Amino acid sequence: MGVIRKLFGDQGRKTEKTPLQDDPERTASHSSTNIVNTMSEKVKFTIDGKACVADKGMNLVDAAKINGIYIPTLCHLEGVKPAGSCRICNVRINGRPMTACTTEVAEGMVIENNIPEIQEMRKIIIETLFVSGNHFCPACEKSGNCELQALAYRYQMMVPRFPYEFEEKQVDATSPKLYIDRNRCILCKRCVRSIKKADGKSIFAIKGRGHKAIIIIDHKLAEAMTDEEAQRAMDICPVGSILRKERGYITPIGKRKYDTTPIGSDIEQNVTK
Amino acid sequence: MSKPIVATTSLAGCFGCHMSLLDIDERILELIELVDFNKSPVDDIKEFTQMCDIGLIEGGCCNSENVHVLKEFRKNCRILVSLGECAIMGGLPALRNNIPVRECIEEAYLNGPTVSGSNPDKILPNDQELPIILDKVYPCHEIVKIDYYLPGCPPQADLIWNALVALVTGDEMKLPYEVVKFD
Ligand code: SF4
Ligand code: SF4
Ligand code: FES
Repeated sequence: MGVIRKLFGDQGRKTEKTPLQDDPERTASHSSTNIVNTMSEKVKFTIDGKACVADKGMNLVDAAKINGIYIPTLCHLEGVKPAGSCRICNVRINGRPMTACTTEVAEGMVIENNIPEIQEMRKIIIETLFVSGNHFCPACEKSGNCELQALAYRYQMMVPRFPYEFEEKQVDATSPKLYIDRNRCILCKRCVRSIKKADGKSIFAIKGRGHKAIIIIDHKLAEAMTDEEAQRAMDICPVGSILRKERGYITPIGKRKYDTTPIGSDIEQNVTK
Repeated sequence: MSKPIVATTSLAGCFGCHMSLLDIDERILELIELVDFNKSPVDDIKEFTQMCDIGLIEGGCCNSENVHVLKEFRKNCRILVSLGECAIMGGLPALRNNIPVRECIEEAYLNGPTVSGSNPDKILPNDQELPIILDKVYPCHEIVKIDYYLPGCPPQADLIWNALVALVTGDEMKLPYEVVKFD
């Protein structure tokens, strides 16, 4: 990932806390909707020259969304405090590269999103993820519903430009309802940040640091998961790293989420405002 | 003007990509109007008899023979295309890339459920004629220069068709969203 750090620098890392984000991990239910309701001051900004309007303080990914513009995300999850770790949402704001998911929209911002340089950077991130994991899409149950794969389609990755690492990674299939296939984990931490028991306990956690970091699962807590909770965990994982057992390839090819519709096209078609 | 010449091969692949090529259905008649085939399992020509324009490579490199054939293709084809996931990234054969070769061979010939007990002398394939298994399965572009990539397992017939037409006519290739898939 060194290449990417260099390309993007560290700008946009920090996020200003909004008054609603008192819980460090989770904003009160859905951040965007709450912010819309409580702060009605509007700001004007442009994305690739298009005039846009949104509520002040809104997260840039959501602000773009209501204006019918798709900014790709991987680690970001609506309603959960942004982590800003995958960098796929990089845009240029007033000329500087920033991660959209950690940035609040402000008056007069000039945002560049679908310009060749940004698109190329995003493609580089996607390719890096493909070579640093072991992504055998034809043998993956998430294929067709996978956000990483869908982004590779959207950015027309025919082959990664980097050599495949084929690093050894483990599968943990101890839990009765779920298994983790770390060959496909992109360490977005969506599972860690958002899947909790009612008392706030995390079912997933990260172990180790840097290159050695892996996702682990609390088997005791996972054992008590309902089918719905297991499904939610699987849906929250953008890739095929958290999968429900005994499901297999349940949706036929052609009917899966991204078989015929590119990721983000729903946003680009449905301008909700 | 003579027709462009196409060569094809299956390295560490399952012939699925070749099957997908045949899946262009009646367009196969158009195809033989458009191009001639040289070395290929399609016409069973075993050795190159002339310089070719397009080489379609199915499968990655899992043994010394695959490397040899791939290098022959590079020498004899102006344009080389990696056809399918195995050629592009090793594909399913590359699932062994994290497992030591000895362990794989022992599983296949000594310990696997379908062989255990049926090889009492514990013979591992050792004929000199056999190609040597590589330490891992290599994507083709890590062995020779590859010019184009057609993903899919197998690549859809329309993708192969569009690519061949584009290469032969020189027109820009059509890449509709539904046609470029990794599975
Ligand atoms: S997680 Fe996504 S990209 Fe990785 S193998 Fe599965 S479908 Fe392919
Ligand atoms: S298991 Fe899935 S959700 Fe959790 S960090 Fe890995 S890719 Fe993200
Ligand atoms: S850094 Fe913004 S979505 Fe991952």
